[in-house]
Amino acid sequence: MINYWPLIGILLVVIGFALKLNPMLVVTASALVTGLIAGMGPVEVVSTFGKAFNDNRIIAIVWIVLPVIGSLERFGLQQRAAHLIRSMKRATVGRLLIFYLGYRQITSAIGLQSTAGHPQTVRPLVAPMALAAAQKSHGDLTDADADRVKAMAAATDNVGLFFGEDIFIAIGSIVLIQQTLATYGYNLEPLQLALWAIPSAIGAFIIHGFRLWRFDKRLRRVPR
Amino acid sequence: MITLHWLYMLAGAMFAAFAILSATDRSNGKRFGNAAFWGLMALSLLGGDRIGNFGNGLLVLGLAGLAGFNFLGKSHPPTTSEPEREAFSARLGNRLFLPALIIPVTALAGTLLYNYTAFGAAGWIEAKRETYVFLALGVLIALSVIYIWLRPPALAPLQEGRRLIDSIGWAAVLPQMLAALGVLFAAAGVGDAIGALAGIVIPEGNLILTVIIYTAGMALFTMIMGNAFAAFPVMAAAIGVPLLIVQHHGNPAVIGAVGMLAGFCGTLMTPMAANFNLVPAALLELKDQYGVIRAQVMTALPLLVLNTLLILLVAFR
Repeated sequence: MINYWPLIGILLVVIGFALKLNPMLVVTASALVTGLIAGMGPVEVVSTFGKAFNDNRIIAIVWIVLPVIGSLERFGLQQRAAHLIRSMKRATVGRLLIFYLGYRQITSAIGLQSTAGHPQTVRPLVAPMALAAAQKSHGDLTDADADRVKAMAAATDNVGLFFGEDIFIAIGSIVLIQQTLATYGYNLEPLQLALWAIPSAIGAFIIHGFRLWRFDKRLRRVPR
Repeated sequence: MITLHWLYMLAGAMFAAFAILSATDRSNGKRFGNAAFWGLMALSLLGGDRIGNFGNGLLVLGLAGLAGFNFLGKSHPPTTSEPEREAFSARLGNRLFLPALIIPVTALAGTLLYNYTAFGAAGWIEAKRETYVFLALGVLIALSVIYIWLRPPALAPLQEGRRLIDSIGWAAVLPQMLAALGVLFAAAGVGDAIGALAGIVIPEGNLILTVIIYTAGMALFTMIMGNAFAAFPVMAAAIGVPLLIVQHHGNPAVIGAVGMLAGFCGTLMTPMAANFNLVPAALLELKDQYGVIRAQVMTALPLLVLNTLLILLVAFR
């Protein structure tokens, strides 16, 4: 007999987010309730949650770049990036972000996904450059348009990362797929899995690149 | 050998400094809340292996309580003004980019040299962690260059780092919480329950519908849990293995790899993937915290269709 009660944990996450409760509380409550429903004791639930958090500390390491980025901002990095792109001819938002999309996919595909990202490159470099390019080709932007340009810069980083990193053999998701299927008796080479990530990566470049190309045209329609 | 433990020490020391500086920031009415929050992160990184599983659990409850009951305030670390920054930018010129580029270049060059030359043959870095080690090395080199060249006040990099981490707030810790939630879901048997439900819903032998439910389910569960890693074991147990691989004789490599990528389409569309979608909105100071997600939806949906077609077209030949 299948026990359906643990699904309440998923339901709690959905309800908590729908009610816009603090996600840290929603996640914690869902974890505790799910564990208790599954028959763990209170101490065991807290211990399991704590161990899982401790095992995932690698996620916290990327924040060590913040003192460097913050210091450079102190000395005008964002102002400089904006200045540089303004001096460049022919750089539109779309072309700049298409270039960044390709760069991000290729570097991620060779295992260098942690060399770029929102704190490392988007905030200090890509977003100010995209904003400056938009101002150069489309004149002063409204606050709403400026936010759309910045959001598109961040979106381009995400698309480039997600549809680049799985081509790399030694990435967590590839290891996870391999391990999961191995428990059912299907032993795959990581290379097989990585190769099957390539068609989607090409598709992502074409689809998002097309949207970026259109993004230029849409901004141009806005009266100056 | 250089292990992840060294990096935890480095990051832990930084969070400890953030905690101390937070406690002395009188401009922040909730300064002790910020100090406690970053202090707990420091404790996790510095001492997580020594406080036991239950100790770590209490630590996580502390983080969630501080964030959830609004104990974090807005800080105002000392920094430069906009006109000062314009003046620095004009005076320093494009050389200002160089320290920023040190981090990616060190990580990139270090990883390539380590993996493809004799440089890494001795195995002096923990396996599979070399990119992180060179990332940290790049940070240290960049900081040294900044100190020597720009001569900021001694505490400026930590204060500027605190300015950025406080602007991100608890969202900086949420991804780690989600990874932990996925572990609990797996331990509680959530995958078995979903699989049983899927068996009731899907008409026997309908391949197209089964593939659509598999990819859409990966995207949906990723959106709910914020993490394709947490969704994959659930959907593999529920549909991928029993229906697509066993019943329909699908190619396991295609179903595994493309299924995970269908999940990534979901990651592009959910606020639960905080570090990818909410953190950049905060970092870029967007008025709409869902602005990044809005920019991604029209890329994610066609890509989800593409991944579904890919499985249908190549997995069952």
